[in-house]
Amino acid sequence: MPDVQALVNEFVNLLKKRKIEGSQATAKQTAELLRSVISHQRVSHTNQATSLINAIRTVGEKIIDANPIELSVGNIVRRVLHIIREEDLSLVTDALAGFGSDDEDDVERDDHPALSAAAVAAAARSTLRPPSLQTLLEDVTDSAAVPATPSSTGDSDGKSRSVEKGTRGRKLKHDVIEAVNELIQDITSCHEQIAEQAVEHIHQNEVILTLGSSKTVFEFLCAAKEKKRSFKVFVAEGAPRYRGHLLAKELAARGLQTTVIADSASFAMISRVNMVIVGAHAVMANGGVIAPIGLHMVALAARRHAVPFVVLAGSHKLCPLYPHNPHVLLNELRSPSELVDFGEFSDLMDSATGVGSLHVVNPAFDYVPPDLVSLFITGTGGHNPSYMYRLIADYYSAADLVVKQRPTTGN
Amino acid sequence: MGAQKKSGARVSEDPDELVRVPLQAVLLADSFTTKFRPITLERPKVLLPLVNVPMINYTLTWLESAGVEEVFVFCCSHSKQVINYLEKSEWLSQPNFTVTTIESQNSVSAGDALRVIYERNVIQGDFVLISGDTVSNMSLTQALLEHKERRKKDNNAVMTMVIKRSKPNPAIHQSRLGTDELFMAIDPNTKQLVYYEDRADQSRGTLQLDKSLLVDNPSLSLHHDKQDCYIDICSPEVLSLFTDNFDYQHLRRHFVKGLLLDDIMGYKIFVHEIHSDYAARIDNFRSYDTVSKDIIHRWTYPLVPDVMNFGHTATKLERQGMYRALEISQSQSAVIGPFTVIGSGTKIGNNTKISSSVIGEGCKIGSNVTIEGCYIWDNIIIEDGCKLQHAIVCDGVIIKSGAVLEPGVILSFKVVVGPEFVVPTYSKVSLFQQPIEEDSDEELEYADSTSVIGSQVDKSDVEIASKVLETNFSAASQLGVGGAGHVWSTCEGGLEEEWRHSVAPIPKDKILEAIKTMEDDIEFAQDDILLPPSGELKPNSNDSDDDDHEDSRDDSYYFEKEVEATFLRAVHENIQESHLILEINSLKLSYNKDTSDCAGALFYAMMKYALDTPHSSSDGLLQNVQAVFTKWKKALTSYLNGNDEQIEVILKFEEMCLESAKEFAPLFTTILHHLYNDDFVEENAILSWEDEKKDADEADKVFVKQAQKLIQWLKEAPEEDDDDEE
Repeated sequence: MPDVQALVNEFVNLLKKRKIEGSQATAKQTAELLRSVISHQRVSHTNQATSLINAIRTVGEKIIDANPIELSVGNIVRRVLHIIREEDLSLVTDALAGFGSDDEDDVERDDHPALSAAAVAAAARSTLRPPSLQTLLEDVTDSAAVPATPSSTGDSDGKSRSVEKGTRGRKLKHDVIEAVNELIQDITSCHEQIAEQAVEHIHQNEVILTLGSSKTVFEFLCAAKEKKRSFKVFVAEGAPRYRGHLLAKELAARGLQTTVIADSASFAMISRVNMVIVGAHAVMANGGVIAPIGLHMVALAARRHAVPFVVLAGSHKLCPLYPHNPHVLLNELRSPSELVDFGEFSDLMDSATGVGSLHVVNPAFDYVPPDLVSLFITGTGGHNPSYMYRLIADYYSAADLVVKQRPTTGN
Repeated sequence: MGAQKKSGARVSEDPDELVRVPLQAVLLADSFTTKFRPITLERPKVLLPLVNVPMINYTLTWLESAGVEEVFVFCCSHSKQVINYLEKSEWLSQPNFTVTTIESQNSVSAGDALRVIYERNVIQGDFVLISGDTVSNMSLTQALLEHKERRKKDNNAVMTMVIKRSKPNPAIHQSRLGTDELFMAIDPNTKQLVYYEDRADQSRGTLQLDKSLLVDNPSLSLHHDKQDCYIDICSPEVLSLFTDNFDYQHLRRHFVKGLLLDDIMGYKIFVHEIHSDYAARIDNFRSYDTVSKDIIHRWTYPLVPDVMNFGHTATKLERQGMYRALEISQSQSAVIGPFTVIGSGTKIGNNTKISSSVIGEGCKIGSNVTIEGCYIWDNIIIEDGCKLQHAIVCDGVIIKSGAVLEPGVILSFKVVVGPEFVVPTYSKVSLFQQPIEEDSDEELEYADSTSVIGSQVDKSDVEIASKVLETNFSAASQLGVGGAGHVWSTCEGGLEEEWRHSVAPIPKDKILEAIKTMEDDIEFAQDDILLPPSGELKPNSNDSDDDDHEDSRDDSYYFEKEVEATFLRAVHENIQESHLILEINSLKLSYNKDTSDCAGALFYAMMKYALDTPHSSSDGLLQNVQAVFTKWKKALTSYLNGNDEQIEVILKFEEMCLESAKEFAPLFTTILHHLYNDDFVEENAILSWEDEKKDADEADKVFVKQAQKLIQWLKEAPEEDDDDEE
């Protein structure tokens, strides 16, 4: 599959050169790349799932390494791995249901020799185990919210019985691609899903503070505006990139009453604010947030004045990892030229004469600890920070947390 | 691809251009200079590691991300090595990015290279001309757009140069990249470059602009804080220009200046200034140091070690700019300071201190080693207790225990430094003998043995090996016991300039010295009262900032010294009196002194001279004094127009007799009399001097008393005069 390899290399290249900006775009492109990897992957008759998983892992490892800071890449890789496992499992359980209990064991052994018995057992247990509160509720109330598992199961129900074993590989691939398509759909529409909840959170005559620019926040505010809510927005400019200026422009163009403030003024203004609504770069498993620089300060200001601090995050931003030393390891130091003009300070950086010892540091992200966050709003609704690990467990398999480590039970 | 690519394509899809021409670039993988010798004897400059990555990778990465689709790499010296490297790397197999190598053995300059490329006929449209030692992260989109817009309006706009603001050091007249201070005159409206001078005569401190420039351009801005990035966007005409003018060698010195001076063809050069982006060329060891530091400080983002890895193992950025590869073994007690890069597979021993340095891959560093500001390349062994400061150490070097590298040392490949040996500062050590070359003359920089060396090194390995063996024997003693390598002697006058381009920081005394000479230059320049040269307005004002208080204190002293020096020069060089007067006048203006100061100073200088002229007795001294006064009468009298000046002279004389030149003391009255007789001082002056001294201490009155007779006589004299007149 030379063309896939080229696609992977190109994506790696773009990630390395930091040419893809924003986690939504990255997530979408990652998913699309993985989709084409899956569709080009030739699956053998015997262990389709394992071969797919291995293929995704190999690619995933590469693209995660290309930009380890962009967590959404890893998230999507893990989501796709999870999808493959789920689809495979649902096929197996279908087969179990279809054939008699005698056949069941044969099928399993024949089709999954590569999967160790323990792994199969664990996987089977996880599906047979009573579902989490979340999935339980969703299955009952709104099956469309998590459509992957139920819909494909229903779809394959009738067919899988009649279809012979050999075509199951193609079947699995087809199902997985379907599910990845839904994932892509999900990523694309995450803004709308979040924005739908806007009216529940923004009330008449409120003052909202946000920092920097986030598409999600923009859609969220606009949705509330469209529902005839009238409210004011304070936009902290988001130094040093000043993306807040762009957001303020767009909001004002939509007729929202917008006020731009300096980041450093957030504490001064916070007493007039009813709610802080911000976007995030990633949400970690403990409910901590990796966010644009300056947000920790705003969160502290909000806590001091007991203002709710609300973080909007699409599901692709939920990262199953726990943050370890996030200030250093999950940070990116960008070029100092965003802060100061090189020409103006060049004489102070002249190491030759020993005059200059000026250093400029420009970290891109802040880490906001979970106890400063009041509420997360994702596509599925509002959640408490302490609940995030549970939500994340629904999207990821525990086996995939470390992508790098090759399965020893494989070939 | 990325945004730039798209817009790049959009640019060339203008309606005017029917065929879409891919954006091309010419990369010169040879600098055609000898600044990086002796390292470049063995490896081409573009393959030297810069923060553990060969330089050419930075250039190629930038070209690719800037949307260039086709690159012609021009290889000259060590062309085989460059080509081999590229073949092994991923660069030849990139989608949408073709790298083609062009090899030429007999090119000795950038001009030759471009002529070869012209003959190949591969350039179809506008192209980027860059040398393989340039690091940049700029976006070409805007510069290209401007270039094409200009081309549409004016076909003569053949080139756009990229410049960046960077303040030069006012004292030593060199940029932070170690290049000479650059003066550029730019039309602020059109951004046209009208003047380019990188070798302004620093000793004169003047800059000459052709008056016609001001006629053609209503406004001009003259910059000395711009750095030439050596990234040029050229039209195809540039190549044919090089072919037409076969004597063009250097891109700047010949081509740019040639075009600026030649107004027949009317070709124009424009500049594009970048602000937030970074671009710099590594021209010498100083810029190697500076650019490395800029990379470590992330100005070149995303071309920084933890983001850009070329098949190397990943590097992690830790607090305070510490970059560490994942697989290193480091002793618990080793201290690694901020802004340091450690390559993979490197071992660091106990109690070793490393700060602001770059360490390559697979190095073994012993215990109790101190490394400060060094560039240690790959597979180097540094034994226990060594001390390295601001050195460049190439691959395979072995530094035996206890050896010391003083600042500015360059150790080329596989050199061995013996135990406890101290390599003196600014030494360059190589296994190769220093090629015997003529003086480092301007022009010889190209004609020198770049090509010779190229072929020499491209000879069979056997020959080199034998040569190395042979040199091993002879050179053993030069680097201590068991050492191997030749210490290159710096060429004449080289030692003077060595500190300018070395990796080591400039020594404090050099800077002070430079500041001192700068002051002298200013004074000197003001000697020739001519128009105040624009170039030195800045140093002048800077200077006053620094030394304001000092100035007022030592002003008179300096003034006197200066006058004395001027006078002595006049004596020794037989300068006409009128010229002497002119010079002293200018000093008077520059130090803001009045005529009496001049008179005093000049008188002092003359007396001093008389005193210093050999004499046997006080009679001889007297004769000397008389001789001097007769000779320079006109000069002195021109300052002795009024009473005050004359009194000043007498006071000065008195002071001299008391302090600096006691030999005059017995002759005081005699000389005073002579002064009176020769009309230097009038009686009024002498009388008022006496008057002034009336209230002084007894000690001060010694000379008044000594001259009492003369004064007495003078007091009587007026009547006679009056009588005469009547």
